[in-house]
Amino acid sequence: MKSIEIIKNGLFSQNPTWVLVLGTCPTLATTTSAVNGLSMGLATTFVLMMSNIFISLLKSLIPDKVRIPAYIVIIATFVTVVQLIMQAYLPDLYETLGLFIPLIVVNCIVLGRAESFASKNNVWHSWLDGLFTGLGFAWALTLIGFVRELLGAGTIFGHSIIGGADGMLLFILPPGGFICFGFLMALVRKAIR
Amino acid sequence: MKAQSALRNMFLSLTIISLVAAAALAIVSKLTHSAISEAKALKNEAAVVEVLPKSLGYVTLSPAEQDGVVLAYDGQGACVGAAVEASSENGFGGHLAIMVGIDANGVLVGYKILESSETPGLGEKAAEWFQKEGKGCVIGMKLSDGDLQVSKDGGQVDAISGSTITSRAFCEVVNSAYQKFLDAVR
Repeated sequence: MKSIEIIKNGLFSQNPTWVLVLGTCPTLATTTSAVNGLSMGLATTFVLMMSNIFISLLKSLIPDKVRIPAYIVIIATFVTVVQLIMQAYLPDLYETLGLFIPLIVVNCIVLGRAESFASKNNVWHSWLDGLFTGLGFAWALTLIGFVRELLGAGTIFGHSIIGGADGMLLFILPPGGFICFGFLMALVRKAIR
Repeated sequence: MKAQSALRNMFLSLTIISLVAAAALAIVSKLTHSAISEAKALKNEAAVVEVLPKSLGYVTLSPAEQDGVVLAYDGQGACVGAAVEASSENGFGGHLAIMVGIDANGVLVGYKILESSETPGLGEKAAEWFQKEGKGCVIGMKLSDGDLQVSKDGGQVDAISGSTITSRAFCEVVNSAYQKFLDAVR
């Protein structure tokens, strides 16, 4: 029963982007295209999953007063792993996402789930929570990226649909990111409710 | 049983977690090291081939030197051109690195942006702007006739609309690439 609730929370009712509004900095910065949004979302999902598993496993061994530095070390380790693997096998993607991969360390969703969920729940539930909170983040980023790419560049996942036209540049730039984010948040919250 | 926040426990737990993390990262770094340098080399190699058109008739390429110059030779061993990697810190987003193809007469024959942090939709257009048809095209310009400059500064290159700073940086990089080329063939 609890598992189903965790899945629903991560994807919809406690969605980190639409409902909790956490991690908006990488959200706005990396959603210039659907592929970028999706990749950022999946990279964060991996980190969330792994850090939740390990923090849940180690929770009784970490004294309360040093839990934050301990969590950050664990999170940073997995972020560096993602970074190295991406650099090795997906160099193009690594270049586009650039700085935002190392910044997953300070993404408040990751530390937030560690603090509010993984440090209080068992490994199975923590893993599930990490996976579905991550996927909730990933689908939100993909949707924002999809809309911004469509309006801003006239392409869908990199495939041009309106030949020759340039699209509305505004939507690729930060102001368009805020506008899309706001409108989509309103629509999605209406739909989730 | 939750570990108490005694000095000994705090010290031990942080030390052990950090040590394990460091060891894990060392292993992953070791495992990906060769793939990372391979990916970098492959990218540079592809860029060299991209900026040197087949019409130059080169047969062999010299290995990349420290200064980022790859010389192209024809069948007789004469230098027919070079792919030169140069960069500038004056782009709109800072660092801008470009692979520039130059033939033996100092004519710009191609370029490829290697690293840039220019504005998407504006400065990032530099990837195509200077090599597609139109006033902005710099392919075929003779670098030995003098430095490239944007038309705003009295030069012959039409800047990307809205991205004069990127365009200036682009010219600067191409000019420094030509200097490197001259130094290399001298």
